[in-house]
Amino acid sequence: MSVVAEPNTMRLPEERTTGAMPGYHIAIFALLLGLALIAPFFLYPVFLMKVMCFALFACALNLLLGFGGLLSFGHAAFFGGAAYVSAHAAKVWGLTPEVAIILGTLSGALLGLVIGSFAIRRQGIYFAMVTLAFAQMVYFAALQMPFTGGEDGIQNVPRGDLFGVISLNSDMSLYFMVLAIVFGGLLAIYRIIHSPFGQVLKAIRENEPRAISLGYRVNNYKLTVFVLSAALAGLAGATKAIVFQLASLTDVHWSMSGEAVLMTLIGGMGTVFGPLVGAAIIVTMQNYLASLGAWVTIIQGFIFVIAVLLFREGVVGLIAKRLRRPL
Amino acid sequence: MIDLLGIPPQALFGQLLLGLINGAFYAILSLGLAIIFGLLNIINFAHGAQYMLGALVSWMLLNYLGINYWWALLLVPIIVGFTGVVLERVLISRLYHLDHLYGLLLTFGLALIIQGFARNYYGISGLPYTIPSQLAGGQNLGFMFLPNYRGWVVVASLAVCITTWFVIEKTKLGAYLRAATENPSLVGAFGINVPRMITLTYGFGVALAAFAGVLAAPIYSVNPNMGADLIIVVFAVVVIGGMGSILGSILTGFGLGLVEGLTRVFYPEGSAVVIFVIMALVLLVKPAGLFGRTA
Repeated sequence: MSVVAEPNTMRLPEERTTGAMPGYHIAIFALLLGLALIAPFFLYPVFLMKVMCFALFACALNLLLGFGGLLSFGHAAFFGGAAYVSAHAAKVWGLTPEVAIILGTLSGALLGLVIGSFAIRRQGIYFAMVTLAFAQMVYFAALQMPFTGGEDGIQNVPRGDLFGVISLNSDMSLYFMVLAIVFGGLLAIYRIIHSPFGQVLKAIRENEPRAISLGYRVNNYKLTVFVLSAALAGLAGATKAIVFQLASLTDVHWSMSGEAVLMTLIGGMGTVFGPLVGAAIIVTMQNYLASLGAWVTIIQGFIFVIAVLLFREGVVGLIAKRLRRPL
Repeated sequence: MIDLLGIPPQALFGQLLLGLINGAFYAILSLGLAIIFGLLNIINFAHGAQYMLGALVSWMLLNYLGINYWWALLLVPIIVGFTGVVLERVLISRLYHLDHLYGLLLTFGLALIIQGFARNYYGISGLPYTIPSQLAGGQNLGFMFLPNYRGWVVVASLAVCITTWFVIEKTKLGAYLRAATENPSLVGAFGINVPRMITLTYGFGVALAAFAGVLAAPIYSVNPNMGADLIIVVFAVVVIGGMGSILGSILTGFGLGLVEGLTRVFYPEGSAVVIFVIMALVLLVKPAGLFGRTA
């Protein structure tokens, strides 16, 4: 038995990486948008908004993990950090929601720049440990800093008026703003993955020494994708803070990073649509099992174990393999 | 009594002792992580949960079966280590041909399961475990008061660390282990059963964590979350020390415990994050870690 890892074990179906969006991807995006437009008339909008925020969060992590090959176990720092900033901006500074969300996103990017420039100095599992440790540092900061409200978090964040005009107090108007943000975020991620930049990322994931020998400044690419991923995670967290009118320690806790990893894993690492499915599955599960308390953690643990042992491609990854098309 | 730098010596040495004890736990846990990583190439995320399991099982032995601390010190590492052996055989061994990240994800899931069950059945308020009567009380050393039990923890963990170091660096068994870490297929070609060695190594690493858990039980109350936060600090310790050297892991563990204790005296607000700050500095200056070998 060999203990040496085979290269490319995270290999995915071959994908068309640049050029125009293939027709069936356009169809899937259109279908998703259509579903999302009618869904709030049948399902509880707040639940749907939760799914969408976590879907964007998981997609942001997937950009780093699935396409950059970098496992961050500290993405809660960007998600929760941005949630605090946008909640503070909306509540204390009285800014309109879109400005609060932009500020939150920028804070996620900034935090990503700082943590990322340390983390990319190590590879593989050390990278995961470093991101986890820094995220824990952010957690302690959130626990102690006065503006985060410690154990209470920032509560009763006003939803405010979009552009100072449209009131977001009705769930429906808020829903469509969240939909626009999340859908925009997804398209941005799609664009990043299928750009020349995304090609180089893939090359680095597959064979870093070769990418270096081809003359690519690998660390610049890694840092860039880390910052992009952190900014998008921040966008998700900032939006979530406005939707739930709350930023709390749960958002920055390591278990939140674990949830994002789990969503990405069961949806399908390195697929475009996988994290959406993963987020929908996990959030739905949490919703229905919320009354079971600690059992939710246990079930999530079992899902992790089963997914890693039997189900590494994830739901969408398996479908993509069956269809022989990248999804 | 004279003050050192404006700090009463009682407080200073008290915090240093506390730091040394935390350092002892960092050392034992990072040692276990390093040994497991050396041979299995996975980061055992369940290490914190297994440390908690060590404390919990010793509480269960005492309260359900009336087995005292000293027997627990012997039995718990064997019991928990055996669960580790089973986990390695049944689950972890299926992942060796895959990317290392999957091992991390699998053991993360295991940690969630173990902690979830403990929280479900034993709550989060913490279960008290009394100090064994032989180690109750303390010594007045003149400049500080040394509780006997805390002194014992430092001595016992040092003994375990040094024994482990000796076995790995100076015995034939350790030579096999180091050889298998370098090149498992070659060692296998010499007729040594490498898979069994891997299984036992994982079991041993887990047993070390459980041993630390037994030591910790009388100091901290037995709490399902006691390992979860600790393991993240231990990860930082491992990043600082690098996992290349056994002695390095031990020194880094104890050293960082002391640094944390000193921070608690001079700048209490920073004590929770000082190890992470040191990690950041080490990443800047010596990315491979203080004792690490560059890949």
